[in-house]
Amino acid sequence: MVERSREQLSVGRREFLKTTGVVIVAFSMGGKAQAQTGARAARRDPISGPPDRNAVDSYIAINADNTATLYAGYVELGQGGPTALLQIAAEELDLDFEQMKTVTADTHRSTEGLTLASRTAAIGGTETRAAAAEARRVLLEMASERLDAPVGELTIAKGVVSVRGNASRSVTYADLVGDGSFERTFEQFAYNGGIELPRKNGDHAIPKPRDTYGIVGTRVPRPDIAEKIRGTYQYVQHVRLPGMWHGRVVWPRGQGAHGISNPTVVNVDEASIAGIPGVQIVRRNNFVGVVAEREWDAVRAASQLKVTWQPFATALPGHEGLFESLRAAKTNDLVDTDTGDVEAALGRGAHVVSATYRGPYQSHGAMAPNCAVADVTSDAALVICSSQAVYLTRFGLAPLLGLPLDKIRVQYAAGSNTYGNSCYGEAANAAAILSQGVGRPVRLQLSRADELGWDNYGPALLSELRAAVDANGKLLALDYRAWCHATAWLETASQLALGTPPPTGGFGVPAPGPGGAGLFSVHLSQTDMYDVPNRRIVNHVVTGSGYLRTGALRAPMDPSTFFALEGVMDELAHAAKLDPYEFRKRNISNARWLGVLDTAAAAAKWTPRVAASQRSSARVVTGRGIGVGTHHLPQNQSDRVTYAAAVVDIEVNKDTGAVVAKHVYGVMDCGLAINPGIVESQIVGMCVHGTSLALCEEVQFSETNVTSVDWASYPTLRFGEHPSVTPILIQRLHERSSGAGEEVLPAVVAAIGNAFFDATGVRLRQYPLTPSRVLAALRSAEGARA
Amino acid sequence: MADELTLRVNDTTATVTVSPDTPLLYALTNDLGLLGPRFGCGLGQCGACSVLVDGVETRSCITPTSSVVGKSVTTLEGLPAYYAARMKVSPVPDLHPLQAAMIAEQAAQCGYCFNGQIIKGAELLFQTPAPTDEQIRSAMNGHICRCGMYPRIMAAIRRAATTIAEAANG
Repeated sequence: MVERSREQLSVGRREFLKTTGVVIVAFSMGGKAQAQTGARAARRDPISGPPDRNAVDSYIAINADNTATLYAGYVELGQGGPTALLQIAAEELDLDFEQMKTVTADTHRSTEGLTLASRTAAIGGTETRAAAAEARRVLLEMASERLDAPVGELTIAKGVVSVRGNASRSVTYADLVGDGSFERTFEQFAYNGGIELPRKNGDHAIPKPRDTYGIVGTRVPRPDIAEKIRGTYQYVQHVRLPGMWHGRVVWPRGQGAHGISNPTVVNVDEASIAGIPGVQIVRRNNFVGVVAEREWDAVRAASQLKVTWQPFATALPGHEGLFESLRAAKTNDLVDTDTGDVEAALGRGAHVVSATYRGPYQSHGAMAPNCAVADVTSDAALVICSSQAVYLTRFGLAPLLGLPLDKIRVQYAAGSNTYGNSCYGEAANAAAILSQGVGRPVRLQLSRADELGWDNYGPALLSELRAAVDANGKLLALDYRAWCHATAWLETASQLALGTPPPTGGFGVPAPGPGGAGLFSVHLSQTDMYDVPNRRIVNHVVTGSGYLRTGALRAPMDPSTFFALEGVMDELAHAAKLDPYEFRKRNISNARWLGVLDTAAAAAKWTPRVAASQRSSARVVTGRGIGVGTHHLPQNQSDRVTYAAAVVDIEVNKDTGAVVAKHVYGVMDCGLAINPGIVESQIVGMCVHGTSLALCEEVQFSETNVTSVDWASYPTLRFGEHPSVTPILIQRLHERSSGAGEEVLPAVVAAIGNAFFDATGVRLRQYPLTPSRVLAALRSAEGARA
Repeated sequence: MADELTLRVNDTTATVTVSPDTPLLYALTNDLGLLGPRFGCGLGQCGACSVLVDGVETRSCITPTSSVVGKSVTTLEGLPAYYAARMKVSPVPDLHPLQAAMIAEQAAQCGYCFNGQIIKGAELLFQTPAPTDEQIRSAMNGHICRCGMYPRIMAAIRRAATTIAEAANG
């Protein structure tokens, strides 16, 4: 049992002062020894952050045992990002990797890191590099004074500074810093177009030349993996506080139409759980939950408690009618790009393609339904949860609990991987409501049906494309019209507790109004790997009401965008009687895009031929497809583009409609890969996850509510049908690090769609490629031929 | 309501006071403080909660605690010792060969499902010491990994099979 001391974890127990840049702690120390081991860690411990992002002390502390602790607030979602940050810090500080420690993200200890939108290496890595380089400069200055030698004559190894050629004159980092701190600010790096800009202040530490790296760029094993395999790793599910009880929420099974079917309690029949003694029901407006000392009692009470809800309105289109509904809806039309004369260019195309593609709502489907532990008292709150951004989670908790931000401490503890905003915010809010309701610490565990039924799903996308090439297969025009409803990123627990309409969305952001663009739409950056002189992208944004809640799911909307774009590129190649790889080479000039494309083709031993030109009459046929992909970044995207491509070999059973991906070749160029082993692991995961998205996953819903609430109704790719994967990383030592956990996903989905056409000669423009959809497409094509 | 049930877990006798229908998962995690088996669905669909009951992989989230009285339960924590006893290996290794292989392959990402992946993989290797790829795929099919680490789990099982065979051949 992993227990945390309530005293250690709660806020407001001590008095603290905070000054610009440096945090001063006022408390008595028991003696010198205690001061040395505890001073700097304690300095961060119970202070509401975020600390100054330009202060070295906010990021790095030297410990008495000559190790260093990194306080960067980027969390271990399962992706390995914190290991990469430790490598960067160790590299710049001239410490061994084993001399680096880190703390989990905590609003009262760590810097504000957003572990989302592929930011860990790109943003967190850049911050860490600058802070650690500055720390090293301070240490060298201190050593110069202590050893009475110019900085130029000093060398560092494993945190020991020596005078060159005289090892007896040396001093450790711990001796240099003692009880003190760095008390130095530094200037963060700024980028433009992927290029590092000169810093405004000329007086700053210069990070190491990259060609001297000894730790960055190496395959350091992730420390957390060994703990996870041993069974000693502490997930949020394992956190226990003294006096803690177990909670469950009681929600309708499967969400209804956002903005219309807000869950409303008619009656709670308390007698229905009279047979389970000791259970407390927490009711706050329309929020209903149960708390019990024993977890099984809470589980049983949640399933047996009779709550009568107002029936949900018949207000959803159902998953079968979704795309027609989006297409017919009133929209707010936003032009993303309009260059050249698209209509004229379409008119002079030697080959013109016009096609409609459909991508479904998909779920985060966290392996572990989210869990959180909360201890809410009258004047402070501690919430331990799996948030990607602990500081933002406070914005949702504050209005819910009626507490100021600095009295709310949020700590990260890993659940399973989240792939974006799964229901970790729900768990945090619900645990806090329950704890406040019963006046004791509560551990809230969502059920599988809560997690799959009340997710903020990855948004559905309808794409209508027209595109043209000249007689040489060169792109002339691309017209991309997208239909999607505005993001409705909501937290059900707070919506129910605070009343309707929902006051806040995810991370406490105000709920989206109708007509806004939402977080996700199609942008130039998702198509501009191709050289197209005439291009128009228009997003037809449907109001968020009457659909499902949506949020950020790994590479938000990119799988659907690239399924459509890369499908149309393949259609053009086929019309021009060109090999699909050759077609792309003719229309891409950017060296890094060509790099991933060529690498994928070479790895797969691509043999040029026109797609579907070697079809077999067998009942089980094979096909191969290629596609590129990336993760669209909402702002300053050109600063950190990641390039990805995939080749996929599939098998199609024409009798059963089953599609099996046999082999996926996934290639990624993410600039400087801090840890190639971790990046390759991400590529493997994306190749399998992408296969699952393309073949299995689709949120099912009726006209009233979501109906896919377990692993039978929301299928995911199983072990037995996983593809072999060849992961290939293109290392670029001198390029900026960009994201590495999202970009191969859309390339894989696109390549599977193209492989299906190659195998069957039938273009399936809606995914997932489920057996029933495949059989219908094959029969319809046969009918058309007959 | 609550009964005193005497369990045999990881070769140790433990008494828990739970209602007899309490799923074994809750007794193991809340009463015995084990970290290996964990909640994933509560429906027996995903395999995150798996344990060995008399050597057979069992979903602890849907197994009443009372049903394992008189049987031997092995969790991830007890797997190296169970392996040593069953394979007559001495001394007890630090890790089951499959655990060592999982670390060597850096097979996990979030690792949440790996309790079940290791328990099921270990069961397979007891029954079929040199499994074919098809046998691995078939045996492991009931264990979901949302991080998509199936290829690396497969490689780890192959690697562990080799290790076990080499150890047996001395």
